[in-house]
Amino acid sequence: MSAKTKAISPHALVGVASVQRFVRTVQLGIKSLWLRKLRSLLTVLGIVFGVCSVIAMLAIGEGLSFEAQEQIRRLGSNNIILRSVKPPEERRTTSERSYVVDYGLTYQDINRIKATIPSVEILVPSRNIRKDVWSGTRRIDCDIMGTVPWYEEMRNHRVERGRFFTEEELERSENVCVLGNGLPEALFPIDEAIGSKVRVDGDYYRVIGVMEPKSRQATTANSQNGGNDLSGGAGGPPPAAGAGVGAAYEMYIPLTAAKNRFGETIVERTSGSFSAERVELHEATVKVKNINDVVETWHIISDLMKANHKKVDYEIIVPLDLLRQAERTKRIFTIVLGAIAAISLLVGGIGIMNIMLATVTERTREIGIRRALGAKRKDIIMQFLVECVLLSAAGGIIGVILGLAIPQVISFFAELRTIVTFWSPFVAFSISALIGVVFGIYPAMRAADMDPVEALRHE
Amino acid sequence: MSDLIAQIVDVRKQYMMGLVLVEALRGVSLDFHRGEYITIMGPSGCGKSTLLNLLGCLDRPTSGKYILGGQDVSTMPDDELSSVRGMRIGFVFQSYNLIQQLNVLENIEVPLYYQGRPEEESREIATRLADRVGLGERLHHRPYELSGGQQQRVAVARALASDPLIILADEPTGNLDSTSGSDILNVFDELHAQGKTLIMVTHSDEVSERAQRVIRLRDGKVERDERKN
Ligand SMILES: Nc1ncnc2c1ncn2[C@@H]1O[C@H](COP(=O)(O)OP(=O)(O)O)[C@@H](O)[C@H]1O
Ligand SMILES: [Mg+2]
Repeated sequence: MSAKTKAISPHALVGVASVQRFVRTVQLGIKSLWLRKLRSLLTVLGIVFGVCSVIAMLAIGEGLSFEAQEQIRRLGSNNIILRSVKPPEERRTTSERSYVVDYGLTYQDINRIKATIPSVEILVPSRNIRKDVWSGTRRIDCDIMGTVPWYEEMRNHRVERGRFFTEEELERSENVCVLGNGLPEALFPIDEAIGSKVRVDGDYYRVIGVMEPKSRQATTANSQNGGNDLSGGAGGPPPAAGAGVGAAYEMYIPLTAAKNRFGETIVERTSGSFSAERVELHEATVKVKNINDVVETWHIISDLMKANHKKVDYEIIVPLDLLRQAERTKRIFTIVLGAIAAISLLVGGIGIMNIMLATVTERTREIGIRRALGAKRKDIIMQFLVECVLLSAAGGIIGVILGLAIPQVISFFAELRTIVTFWSPFVAFSISALIGVVFGIYPAMRAADMDPVEALRHE
Repeated sequence: MSDLIAQIVDVRKQYMMGLVLVEALRGVSLDFHRGEYITIMGPSGCGKSTLLNLLGCLDRPTSGKYILGGQDVSTMPDDELSSVRGMRIGFVFQSYNLIQQLNVLENIEVPLYYQGRPEEESREIATRLADRVGLGERLHHRPYELSGGQQQRVAVARALASDPLIILADEPTGNLDSTSGSDILNVFDELHAQGKTLIMVTHSDEVSERAQRVIRLRDGKVERDERKN
C-alpha cells in the first residue's frame, strides 16, 4: 500500500520559504486591514493619541526643563549667591514713619566668609541701584549694578562688544560703564554707544562695552524687594532697593564708583513721607573651587550669616541646589507622564483587543477554512498576531509623526522651546508594537482554539 | 484489487447536546481504494457529514481507528493532523468556502502556502489548476465577482492544489443550478478518469449514478455498500 504522496519541498528551500511565508503573512495582514480601512483607523486611534501625546508632552517637558536648567547654569553651578533682602517687618513700618532702614550684606560678611572658608575662590560683590540714565535728552530707567571685573566670568554673563572694566578702573573708581543688552539702542539710536557718555545724576560715565543678552528669568529671579514702594509717582525716583524690580535695562559700573557716587544710603520719597535705606552690598557671589564642596560651603555660609545677622535680611541662592530641584521636578514630571502614557497605551491596547475579538468572531468561517486546508494552530495565531502588531505599529507610526509635528507647531506659535529626545519616538513606537503583541495574543489564541468543524459550520 | 489508501474500523462519534448524548456514527467500518469514485447517501442527520469530517481529519473519532495512507491518524496530535489535512486531503464544500479577501489564484494557493511551498511554484500550480477548471481568464477576480458555479470550480481547483490522496466533497452541487452542477460533476468525472480518489456526499440519485460505489448510511450505520461494475 505504498501511498504516492506529493513530496514535501527539499530542505534547502525551507529557510527561504519560511521567510517568504512570513512576508506573505504580513502582506495578507495588510490586505485584511486595508479591506476594513475605517475600522482599522478607529481601532488604532487610541494608540495614535497615546503615542502622540507622550512624545509631544515629553518634548514640551524636556524643553521647559532645559530652559530652567540653562538659566540656573548661567548662575554658575559652582556658585553660591548671597543677596540682600529687606526684612518683612521693616517693610511694614516704613510706610508709617520716616526712618532709615539698615539691612543686608556687609563688607564684613564678605571678609568673614573669606577668612573662614579657604575653598572660596573669588567673590563678586555688587550694589544695585535703580536710577535714571541720560543720554542727551533721552532718559531710561535702569538698574545700575556696581560690581567687580570678574563678574563676567563668575556669572557666566559676558561682554558682547567692547570690554568689561578692569581691576585698575575698579581701584581708581573710574566712571566707566558697560551697558546691558538693549540699552544702546534705547539710549543711542543713531550714534555708536561705545565711546559715548551717559549721565546718572550729576556724573558722566564713559561707555566701554555692551553685554550679551541675559536670559529673562535670571534677571527677574530676585524680584521680592520694594514691591509696595512702586507707587512713587511718575516723576519721582523709582524705588532703589535691591536689584531690578522689573527694570528692563541694566548698566554695570565699578563697585567702587557706585559706592563713591551713590553712597550707602538711598533716600526715597513717597507722597509726604520719606524713607532711606542703607545697604552696603546688594549681592555677592561666592565661587567654590570644587563642585562637591558646594553644599558644605553653603551650610557654613548659612551658619555664619545666621550668627551675625539678627534679622533675615539676606537670601542665599545655590544654583546647584536649584539645579537638583529642577532635576527632581523633571523626574517627577517624567514619572507622571510615564503613568499617563501607560494608561493611554493600555486603553489603546484594550481597544485593539476588543476589535480583534470581534474580528475573530466575524472571521470564524475563514479560520475554519484555513484549518481545513492545513493551517496549524500556530499559523492562525501568527495571522492574527501579525494583524494586531501591524495595527498597533501603524498607530505607533502615525502617533510618532503627529507627536513630532505637534511640538514644532507649538514652538512656532507659542514660542516655547520643545526638545524631542532622540529615543522617545523609538521607545514610543516599540511600546506600541509590543502592545499589539500583548493585546493580540488573547484574540489570536481564541481564533486558534476554535474547533475546525464548528468554525466551518459558523454562519 | 487496487491499493488500500484509507481504512476506518468500528468508528464511533458521539456529541453531547446539552445533557443528551447524540451518537452520530455508531460503529462504521469501511475500506477505500485508490481511484475509487464513491458517493455517500442517506437521509438528513444520518451522519454523512460527520463521516466525511472524520475522513478529512477535521475531527477525531470518539472510538475506533482511522488509517490514512498507512498512518494511524485517529490519535494524532493537532499539528500533525493539520499537516495531514493540508497534504493528503482536498475539500470541496457545499457553500464553496472561499476566502473573501483573496482572489482566485490566492485562494487556490492557500493549501500550498500552509505547506510552505515556494511562492513561484505555488503560483505556477495555481495558474495551471485555474486554467484546468476553466477560470484562466479570471485569475485576479475576487469570489464576490464570480457566479456560484465559478466559485465552486475555484474550490475544486483548490482541493487539487496539493495533489491529495483523497478529494472529499460534501454536497458540492447542493447550492448550484443544474448546469453549474453538471459542470462540477464533469470535472469530477475527469478527475476520476485520471485516477483520483473521490468521496462525495449527495442526496441526488442522478449524481450518484456517476459513481462506481454508493455507500448508504442510516442512523449512523452503514446500511448498504454497493459497487457497480
Ligand atoms: N457538533 C455537533 N454537536 C452536536 N451534535 C452534532 C454535531 N454535529 C453533528 N451532530 C449531530 O449528529 C448527527 C449527524 O449529523 P450530520 O453528520 O451533520 O448529518 P448529515 O448526514 O445530515 O450530514 C445529527 O443528529 C446532528 O444533529
Ligand atoms: Mg450534512
